[in-house]
Amino acid sequence: MQPGSGIQLFPVSASNFSPHVDALMAFWLGVSLFFGTIICVGLVWLAFRYRRRAPDEVGADIGGNVPLEVAWMVIPFILTMVMFAWGADLFVQERTPPPQSQEIYVVGKQWMWKVQHPEGRKEINELHVPLGRPIELVMASEDVIHDFFVPSFRVKEDVVPGKYTTLWFNATKTGKYHFFCSQYCGTNHALMNGWVYVLEPADYAAWLSGQNSGEGTVSMADSGQKLFTQLACQTCHLADGKGRGPSLVGVYGSAVKLSTGQTVLADDGYIRESILQPNAKIVEGYQPLMPTFQGLVTEDQLIQLMAYVKSLAPSATGVKTAPGAAASTSHTSGSSR
Amino acid sequence: MSTAQTLTLPRKNYLNEGYGLKSWLLTTDHKRIALLYLVSITFFFFIGGFFAVLIRLNLLNPAGTLVSAETYNRLFTMHGITMVFFFLIPSIPAVLGNFLIPMMIGAKDLAFPRLNLLSWYIFVLGGLFTLYSQLAGGVDTGWTFYTPLSTIYSDSHVVAAALGIFITGFSSILTGLNFIVTIHTMRAPGMTWFRLPIFVWTHYATSIIFILGTPVIAVTLGMVALERVFHLGFFNPALGGDPVLFQHLFWFYSHPAVYIMILPGMGVVSEIIPTFARKRIFGYSFVAAASFGIAVIGFLVWGHHLFVSSQSAYAAMTFSFLSYLVAIPSAVKVFNWMGTLYKGSISYDTPMLYALGFIGLFVIGGLTGLFLASLGLDVHVHDTYFVIAHFHYIMVGGAVMAYLGGLHFWWPKISGRLYPEGLAKFAALVLFIGFNLTFFPQFVLGYMGMPRRYHSYPPEFQILNVMSTAGASILAVGYLLPMAYFIWSMRYGPIAASNPWPATGLEWQTSSPPPPENFEETPVVTWEAYDFNRPDIKALLAAQAAAASSQD
Amino acid sequence: MSESESILRGHFRDMPQQRDASSLGMWVFLATEVMFFGGLFLTYTVNRAAYPAIFAQASRQLDVTLGATNTAVLICSSMTMAMAVYFSQKGKRTALVISLLLTMGLGLVFLTIKGMEYAEKFRHHLVPGYNFQYAPASAGPAQLYFSLYFGLTGLHALHMIIGLGILTAVLIEALRGRYTPEYSTPVELSGLYWHFVDIIWIYLFPLLYLIDLHR
Repeated sequence: MQPGSGIQLFPVSASNFSPHVDALMAFWLGVSLFFGTIICVGLVWLAFRYRRRAPDEVGADIGGNVPLEVAWMVIPFILTMVMFAWGADLFVQERTPPPQSQEIYVVGKQWMWKVQHPEGRKEINELHVPLGRPIELVMASEDVIHDFFVPSFRVKEDVVPGKYTTLWFNATKTGKYHFFCSQYCGTNHALMNGWVYVLEPADYAAWLSGQNSGEGTVSMADSGQKLFTQLACQTCHLADGKGRGPSLVGVYGSAVKLSTGQTVLADDGYIRESILQPNAKIVEGYQPLMPTFQGLVTEDQLIQLMAYVKSLAPSATGVKTAPGAAASTSHTSGSSR
Repeated sequence: MSTAQTLTLPRKNYLNEGYGLKSWLLTTDHKRIALLYLVSITFFFFIGGFFAVLIRLNLLNPAGTLVSAETYNRLFTMHGITMVFFFLIPSIPAVLGNFLIPMMIGAKDLAFPRLNLLSWYIFVLGGLFTLYSQLAGGVDTGWTFYTPLSTIYSDSHVVAAALGIFITGFSSILTGLNFIVTIHTMRAPGMTWFRLPIFVWTHYATSIIFILGTPVIAVTLGMVALERVFHLGFFNPALGGDPVLFQHLFWFYSHPAVYIMILPGMGVVSEIIPTFARKRIFGYSFVAAASFGIAVIGFLVWGHHLFVSSQSAYAAMTFSFLSYLVAIPSAVKVFNWMGTLYKGSISYDTPMLYALGFIGLFVIGGLTGLFLASLGLDVHVHDTYFVIAHFHYIMVGGAVMAYLGGLHFWWPKISGRLYPEGLAKFAALVLFIGFNLTFFPQFVLGYMGMPRRYHSYPPEFQILNVMSTAGASILAVGYLLPMAYFIWSMRYGPIAASNPWPATGLEWQTSSPPPPENFEETPVVTWEAYDFNRPDIKALLAAQAAAASSQD
Repeated sequence: MSESESILRGHFRDMPQQRDASSLGMWVFLATEVMFFGGLFLTYTVNRAAYPAIFAQASRQLDVTLGATNTAVLICSSMTMAMAVYFSQKGKRTALVISLLLTMGLGLVFLTIKGMEYAEKFRHHLVPGYNFQYAPASAGPAQLYFSLYFGLTGLHALHMIIGLGILTAVLIEALRGRYTPEYSTPVELSGLYWHFVDIIWIYLFPLLYLIDLHR
């Protein structure tokens, strides 16, 4: 149902998920209207049909009916299970970004959004994306819990301080769409909004290269590499692993064996924790020597460092390959605990 | 309703046994304590309602400039805290439960009368702390106190509000403890479990939630207060803490809390419908069992508040499944109420109108909950006005209407007087219309994408917001009218018979108002619940019919 | 028996009903206490699972000898409390009073040792919120550990203090000869409460003190 002027009932449908969410909505709306009408009309009819005819009249002596009880437990159960399964299936899809998704980083803070494209372009309260490609937002918060919500895309996920959360979508219609902060975050929560701009791929590429803005673009991985040097990370994290800290080449997405014997996946959360709470997990064969950088790096800097680490794929030169060529492995969008 | 003979108030009743402030403030009579609660929660209801009025007025225009953003955030927080903890949770149990449960089971009082009085004082003390936090400038974290906003970033009176709720929680715990022990150990001879009114069953189930859930919110808010004061770190990611842990702890209580709010209302409706259909409740054991089903499963669904909070997909699916499961016992109750109406002899007294309204609005509220239980759909409507509409349908369209219906139903027993029936029907209608006009547009607003807790919003949402505010002004009238005529009736209402409707419960076997010890002699129960073919009921009906025809 | 009549409260039918109600009331109350501590136990579990190495390291700051002593003290106090209940039910007033005094004495010993431990923590800057100092790379989770240490043992100590208050009242009534084989309910119920507080400690001791004992 396309919205017209006046009172709208549905937002515009602008992502791959929108038609599915609307279909789910229509189904349950239908079921609800059906049963709601039966019950409400039924109540009115029963109240009228069995109205009292004489002041001393009493009702019939009926205790119950077990088959009826079973029926009205089983039928609702079946209907609800259909709804559950359908909704769960859609949810799993929403939680599983395709392997070739393009990552864009989002940092929320009271009361604004900062967006960083890996190629370097940065935005405030705006998000430019190309049409027709799966986009994965990797999100962090600098302070309290926020939430990124695009009604026209039917997607939403909290942005929780201390971890990375993600959401993905594939925009199916060019245009300008509202996004809102959707987790109460303090005084100007209602003002923490912006616009998603969906551009044709060619227009997006032009925008990304900064041709029209006059702004030079330094990729996130390059910024991260600069920070890596500035913070002296390379003094311990030698590429050959013989330093005081493990090598970071190829670490992202790999399985890491810890001193406790446990093996963990080196995802976004792991990289972040290693920088901020280094003694939480010690790699096997190394000592707990790393200092903490809590308070010394901002969320923006953390995602740049992460982009740099992600770009460190093993190669003949032993340093880095171009970002984007590194396969995007799945991020834990759930809690890492 | 009343017979033609002149009625007088019973000479010795709980209202005139002792006058003066001390006899009320030091009472251990469960009936007087119920009235103490009635006064306190009505006070808090009007405070919470006042905040709601300001919220809706501010939302008349998109810029939202009636009050500042800071003030608006305090308003919705305090509206939530006041209504949830100081009105809805105590309402039916502390007023009607306290008043009726001993009488319904044939006892002289609850098991622990002094603990009962203590629970009221604790309630008032908690309320004062919270009132202080409101008067001193307010809290702006939302009634949900999410961390780290509440523990680190908010500069409002979080600790005072958290302490106020912490303290009041003990009032709930003592009430629940009292009810459970009373129902187990103080039933009159012959009052077996399956002869109990459904009202008692639902209050027992509610009490299980009181005692198992409330301590968790207490310790959680205690942790919030300690973290805020001593910078402990449980919910602070900079120290390795987890903000989402707070959400799990908070909702572990706060979800069952909504069943605390609705189960007693279902109990009230389960008394009203048989009375005004003059028919046994259909499926008694199923309705009783469903009360426990709701309470037990209700403890297992809290994670549906965390579907987009970075919870794992497996956990999310488990909670979604269980959330659908918890709907089944509620559906069972609704169908059984309809079965009770079938082949009944139905009259349209005000309590029945409230009960019928309850069923319709509860069904809408419950079905919209199932939209939210669907993972794929919840991602879109979570934290929008859809959720606000859903829970107001259940809490206001459900719980508050049941509360008002119950007050009307038992008013003759409580006060010895009848309320004005014509005016009461009118008020019920006003309330029903105002309520739907206020909250139905919010479903649409939510699906359109208007987030909650927004003091200002994009202009395309204005029309629906104006409709909602218009509805709220009508709803307010629906609440003010009963307040006015109940007070009026205490002095000028016609005197009620001991069993004016008539109804079958034990509480109607004693005078209106009851004597201090409830029954002159301990009753011995030989009949099943809701038996309208009982000799004494038949005699009452025959007398009423004779009186009615003699007046022609 | 006029003595029994004054013990029977007006709203109860008879003594068995009053006894049943009182006993069920205490059990229900203890259930609420389990849930109350439960929130902190859950927080402990979540945080220990996230930071096992740091929790183990931090727990080595506690004195296992003092903790074990306190455990033994509390177990003995539960024994003396059980004896108090037994003597009350047998009508042996002197033995009852002595058992109560022993229980309370052991409780005070527990609290004294706890106080000594707390003082030690203050000296070593291990109290969150009061100039907490710890190896910076582990400071965050270590602060969580100590917050849980003080939160759990503090809540437990608060319950012990309340328990001592209850036992004082019971002791006074015992001295007045109020408890007989027909009426020992307050002693029994206080016993239930005391045992519960003891059991909480039995959980706290290994969780807080014994994380890394094999080192």
